Amino acid sequence: MSDVILEMRNITKIFPGVKALDNVSFSVRQGEIHALVGENGAGKSTLMKVLSGVYPHGSYSGEIYFQGKECKFQDIHHSEEVGLVIIHQELALIPFLSIAENMFLGNERAKNGVIDWNESFSKTKELLDRVGLHELPSTLITNMGVGKQQLVEIAKALAKKVKLLILDEPTASLNDNDSEKLLDLLLQFKAHGISSILISHKLSEVNKVADSITILRDGTTIETLDCQKDKITEDRIIRGMVGRDLIHRFPPRDSKIGETIFEIRDWNVYHPLHEDRKVSNNINITVRKGEVVGISGLMGAGRTELAMSIFGRAYGTRISGTAYKNGREINISTIDKAISNGIAYATEDRKAYGLVLIREIKDNITLANLEAISDGGVVINEPKEMTVTSEYRDKLNIKCSSIRQLAVNLSGGNQQKVVLSKWLFADPEILILDEPTRGIDVGAKYEIYTIINRLASEGKGIIFISSELPEILGICDRIYVMRDGKIVGEMPASQASQEIIMKHIMTEQEVMA
Amino acid sequence: MKTLSTLFKNNIREYGMLIALIAIMLFFQFQTGGILFKPVNITNLVLQNSYVITMALGMLLIIVSGWIDLSVGSVVAVVGSLAGVLIVRYNVDWVVTVVICLLVGAAIGAFQGYWIAYLKIPAFIVTLAGMLVFRGLTFVLLQGESVGPFPVGFQKISSGFIPDIFNYPGFHMTTMVIGVLLSAVLIVLDMRARKNQQKYGFEVTPVYFSVIKNVAITAAVLGLCYLMASYKGIPDVLVLLFVLITGYAFITSTTTIGRRIYAMGGNEKAARLSGVNTPRLLFYTFVNMGVLAALAGLIVAARLNSATPNAGDGMELDVIAACFIGGASASGGIGTVIGAVVGAFMIGVLNNGMSIVGLGIDWQKVVKGVVLLVAVLFDVYNKNKNV
Repeated sequence: MSDVILEMRNITKIFPGVKALDNVSFSVRQGEIHALVGENGAGKSTLMKVLSGVYPHGSYSGEIYFQGKECKFQDIHHSEEVGLVIIHQELALIPFLSIAENMFLGNERAKNGVIDWNESFSKTKELLDRVGLHELPSTLITNMGVGKQQLVEIAKALAKKVKLLILDEPTASLNDNDSEKLLDLLLQFKAHGISSILISHKLSEVNKVADSITILRDGTTIETLDCQKDKITEDRIIRGMVGRDLIHRFPPRDSKIGETIFEIRDWNVYHPLHEDRKVSNNINITVRKGEVVGISGLMGAGRTELAMSIFGRAYGTRISGTAYKNGREINISTIDKAISNGIAYATEDRKAYGLVLIREIKDNITLANLEAISDGGVVINEPKEMTVTSEYRDKLNIKCSSIRQLAVNLSGGNQQKVVLSKWLFADPEILILDEPTRGIDVGAKYEIYTIINRLASEGKGIIFISSELPEILGICDRIYVMRDGKIVGEMPASQASQEIIMKHIMTEQEVMA
Repeated sequence: MKTLSTLFKNNIREYGMLIALIAIMLFFQFQTGGILFKPVNITNLVLQNSYVITMALGMLLIIVSGWIDLSVGSVVAVVGSLAGVLIVRYNVDWVVTVVICLLVGAAIGAFQGYWIAYLKIPAFIVTLAGMLVFRGLTFVLLQGESVGPFPVGFQKISSGFIPDIFNYPGFHMTTMVIGVLLSAVLIVLDMRARKNQQKYGFEVTPVYFSVIKNVAITAAVLGLCYLMASYKGIPDVLVLLFVLITGYAFITSTTTIGRRIYAMGGNEKAARLSGVNTPRLLFYTFVNMGVLAALAGLIVAARLNSATPNAGDGMELDVIAACFIGGASASGGIGTVIGAVVGAFMIGVLNNGMSIVGLGIDWQKVVKGVVLLVAVLFDVYNKNKNV
């Protein structure tokens, strides 16, 4: 077949004790966008590492043909030479260098080791135009948003004369607007004959741009779906990913909503560096017992900033406003006061802010409430600690070899469960969950939703922050919409839909439902 | 039940360190023609290293917190010179002087800790400045000359021995009795811990391993006590060290403070968002270091019987090296008190052995540097293998 640009045949890759890829075959046609989907650990990234030469020829079995020729890549430079460029989830840009310097890093426009800046800058300008990024080539990477950085990475790939572009979760940290732009760019490339492989958890965007979809599960190819022939639904993809019909993506719950348990009034927060910038503007929020309250909005709308400012002023300066619990004003001016007043905040960035990765699971679970497992509040009672943390392991179904395993060795979903365990052990009455399902697979998401439902049924008040609208609609009782640090909408979930929420997010005038 | 080999694999750092220490000791015992294990030399080894060990305890907490303190050598000097000036020039009672010096140490720690914990200046810079400032102040205090001698009571801080209540000629029986009692206590504690572990259904080591371990420890304790009893008995400083080491080992391994320090060093942001008051904790970590450095300064001054401007010069490097040889991680969150103590002894035995052998100070530095590198390489290699 002449229109096949890439063919991987019978790829098997074995790590000590684990067969990560088992006889996987995968092919991409010239000029198509081919999506690669699967749960975490299904083998998507491993397959792409085999393809790009991160795992050199010889460390796996099977054959790779690119443009009809067999390839035996020894390293990533090797694969880039033939026009195969991979863009990883974690961007590989140097923050304190300019766009132009990053663009030609390791590939400098130079004569005898002396860089030709004029050529570098003008070439950079050209490449930036091609990806539709209007920035000066001398702009430092650190001064740009993630969305723009992603575009720089793509321009960098173009500089290498890319024929097949591989994107590993490119939109994971982009807002809807930037994601949209990026996907449009892929479609543009397609028109110019550049093929792409898109790895993504976001099925809606897969559906939007992909010409074919290959589903991996447990290291094997399940199927390849052709999107041009028939319309593929998200449910159809999910069925392939999890191997069963996931009839309910959200566990059912019947809400028993009680009195108002938590309330903040006239809450104002300023940016810690740009001190005249308001990141929370006159916010009023109430949460009732047994209620799951969603906060929706784009990235940068100020949701995390609001949550962290409530949690003991962990973010922002010149914070004003009052907080009430069960109708009485409470002091939440420091994190330990917030915790002792029954407030907990599970962060959106569990690796940077949620876990001490190099410590054991049990140490992480008890960290926010060490007094409860210590004699006299000082000497840790280890048997008690082991018993307590084992209970949480069983209750939240944390998959680990031992409660003494280091947190760093857990999968994303299980790490998230450790973070949740920590806050459950602190026994809060109000729990703020910031993107609790980010980057974890469908199965683990379902488990997290179940935990949230159980907490609500125990009478706790839950604030649920998420960028994924289906999720907000699926598990919340009531939804606030935030834009530019303001609450721009509030509605019961029963009256909400994706369209209504998006309208609130996008339109300028404040509509109250 | 764990097998012996997995047990060894899981604790390869600790056992590897001990085995290396024993190997080095045997090597020098052989090379020095038996001088290393002579009673007088063993006693000297303890006295010579007491200040490094004292400071390694504080430094370990700082390194576990993710920082470093370069100023301790200069703090040793400035506190020693303060003691000299107060006692010799102003005739202040030496007990009062000791109290003042420890308070000054705390104040120095508080000063540096404030810059680091609250003003967020990197510790490397603050303590580098401190290193210069306190060394300079030492010269100011002493006006460039040595001050001494000290009264006998003060000298005894580093040269005193515990009294012998048995008066057995030529042999310090009290020391031996203490050795026997200590061995018994250690065995009882170990058995109780085992029982507790079994009671709660945790994995325990096989019985024969436990027996071997206890026999080895008892032999080491009794052997050491026998050697010291053959000379002048247990030095006062060793009693002080014993109290400090047990205290700090207990604090780091089983108290909420210790747990919070490890969490802070492992991920400061996560610890803060879990309600740990990280600035205050870091502040007190430096106050603690200041007090221990002051204590070390007093021991050094008492041992030299004079306050000299160059006291403690370069000592910060031995102290920091002891922690890293003992398995502490430069990026924080990892390290043990026992490791740091073994690391300090490693450096001490190297210093002592190489001096007896007659190796020049130049080559001694080369050897110490290589040992530090190899120890850390061993760590890194192990870490990569485990991933």
